[in-house]
Amino acid sequence: MTDQQITTDPAKPAQRMRAGGTSVTLMPWLLAGALLLLLPYIFPTNSALTIMNKMSITIIFALAYNMLLGQGGMLSFGHAVYMGVGGFACVHIMNSSEFFSMLPLPLLPIFGGLFGMGLAMIVGSFSTRKAGTVFAMISLGVGELIAACSLIFVAFFGGEEGVSGDRTYALPFFGIEFLRQIEVYYLIAFWLMLSAVLMFLFSRTPIGRMANAVRDNPERAEFLGYSARWVRFYSFTASGFFAGIAGALFAINYEILTEENLNLVTSGTILLVTFLGGVGFFFGPIIGAVVFTLVQTVLSLQTDLWAIYAGVLFVATVMFFPGGLAGLIMMHGPAVKQRKLHTLAVPYVKTLIPAGIGILGISALVEMTFHVRHASIGSNQMTLFWTTFDSHSLVPWAVAIAVSVVAFWIMRRNLPELIAAWHLANGVAKDKL
Amino acid sequence: MDLIFVNLIDGLVTGLLLFMLSAGLTLIFSMMGVLNFAHASFYMLGAYFAYQISLALGFWMGLLLAPIIVGVLGAGVERYGLRRVHQYGHVPELIFTFGLALLIEEVVQFVWGKNNVPYNTPEILQFSAFAIAGNSIPAYKIFMIFISISIFIGLLFILTKTRIGMIIQAALSYPRTVETLGHNVPLIFMGVFGVGTGLAGVAGVIAGPTLGTFPGMAFVLGSIVFVTIVIGGLGSLWGALVASLMIGWITTFAASYNIRFEDILLAVGFSMPENMAESPFRDIWNMTTPQIGPILPYLLMVIILVVRPHGLFGKRGA
Repeated sequence: MTDQQITTDPAKPAQRMRAGGTSVTLMPWLLAGALLLLLPYIFPTNSALTIMNKMSITIIFALAYNMLLGQGGMLSFGHAVYMGVGGFACVHIMNSSEFFSMLPLPLLPIFGGLFGMGLAMIVGSFSTRKAGTVFAMISLGVGELIAACSLIFVAFFGGEEGVSGDRTYALPFFGIEFLRQIEVYYLIAFWLMLSAVLMFLFSRTPIGRMANAVRDNPERAEFLGYSARWVRFYSFTASGFFAGIAGALFAINYEILTEENLNLVTSGTILLVTFLGGVGFFFGPIIGAVVFTLVQTVLSLQTDLWAIYAGVLFVATVMFFPGGLAGLIMMHGPAVKQRKLHTLAVPYVKTLIPAGIGILGISALVEMTFHVRHASIGSNQMTLFWTTFDSHSLVPWAVAIAVSVVAFWIMRRNLPELIAAWHLANGVAKDKL
Repeated sequence: MDLIFVNLIDGLVTGLLLFMLSAGLTLIFSMMGVLNFAHASFYMLGAYFAYQISLALGFWMGLLLAPIIVGVLGAGVERYGLRRVHQYGHVPELIFTFGLALLIEEVVQFVWGKNNVPYNTPEILQFSAFAIAGNSIPAYKIFMIFISISIFIGLLFILTKTRIGMIIQAALSYPRTVETLGHNVPLIFMGVFGVGTGLAGVAGVIAGPTLGTFPGMAFVLGSIVFVTIVIGGLGSLWGALVASLMIGWITTFAASYNIRFEDILLAVGFSMPENMAESPFRDIWNMTTPQIGPILPYLLMVIILVVRPHGLFGKRGA
């Protein structure tokens, strides 16, 4: 039976987060903590620190978002608002110099969390009456409302240019004034660890368990004597709190918040990140945030079209792997238990490498089409994959088409082998039951 | 007084345009129980396709062909995308349409670029139909009203008076029973999805020239359309009509009458803060109706949802 619970069949609804055991294993947390401590020594450059800070903030936000989507079954299209308002509140605290000079900076996220939670309590009081589509629509409406308000209420939101502050005016924390990027990194890492642990523990409390029950069958939960509405409200409030913490860390890191932190694009991005990582597991959003931030920063340096690739990736994830990356990883659970993972290695290499080359070929075609359509007249030269060529001549097109066709053909030819190996690696598990 | 008539007509145009989108959306919702987030994207595709066709064949062929292409595309999305995601449940369906909306916007930017495309009203309609106290009403607006109303009447006729309409209505409420009676319900669903997106395409074709054809046009109208059907009550066609017209008029009137909040607050009995620049409430005192016009629909939605969670015409528990 235990094997059965771990398997994630991609054909089954995988967007439900499993309740998981009540015993908490310390090992993954200790490893994560050690990794967070060591990362700046492995990647000491400033740009790496910038990416890691961004990643950590996204992880907290995505975990908070998954408290709603994965645990509570509530799909929100306006969650950026709680992060944004928490952040705006923190910038205003930074600017109220008398209070801020008595406050150590590491305590600031608490205030961000409280403001996010306060807003979530107000909105949640009427939006959590229903789950599903009605909740999604209210979240969208409220999100748009507050995002639009940000251009009207200039005193709080700062209008188009936003509001900015200075984190160094805080009370020095054991002599640290957070002037350097590395100090900010450790502050964010501390809060990342703390909020991740708290959110994990929340999912193990009775209220976290009830959130799962209400998501799966609200009617039955009501018959057991729980108010589905209040259970949703508690999840929503807690999620707002952690989103507010993410907002506060954003304020500390960037020292400026604008309308961009509130609008639908940010809300949509966090949905994308969370779903990409996998809403079925607690660590899913963490993977999603890490992968997405890397894709965003690395790919956007390479191409203007990164958003189109992200969109395709997102739609493909929803259509073919609703369990997300975490679901894909956990699919290998039975094979690992049977010690048969190595039998999958060769078939994986034989299918995934041609598939990857095929995708590169297709993206080359996309880039060339874009170049032909939108480059200024006369500049026919384009650089792609470290080669410069004339995008209006026939040869590169022929090469790209040939590469993609051949690569996909090899992939298709090797696919049955992978499927057979997959069944072999998992088949024995079923025989044992 | 004369301005009221001009605004009534402007609001009617906006409202009917909204209705063309919300009608399809609410029909699709009552059928499949899922909100099509990409609905406004099909509206945008309608405008862009019509622009591309109008370059070669003229405006009228665009009006004829673009909605058909959009409808076929929509039916394809239902058949090969949504039906596949359907097995995972409602939330992934919603997320799928959301992803599709993002993707369509990116693809449109990829093909036609980020700027407005020069998609204009046909020359035959570039005259003013009549004038009210010096404010001329362009013939194109009358044409838009005419198209929208005739589509509405046609839709109502098909849904209530023909055999196909009756089967659709039956399939909406009792899909299994209709299926056992020998009708192909998945095909009906695909057809309704196609027609719904096609309607959005028509709206795009006729709105493109006046509201501008640019990659953000789906985004601008999209959330307002959702607000409309939530206010009207999810799944209610009449609710969609009433809410569309309401929103059309509210936004038009808010934009054209400049009422300052200062006057309202003074009239209610608040006193002006002495030091306006320092007061935290200075933005409330400085607000004007044209400024808050765009957020009124959202405000209305929140109020309606608090007072009547199922919308104006929605069924309880829907």
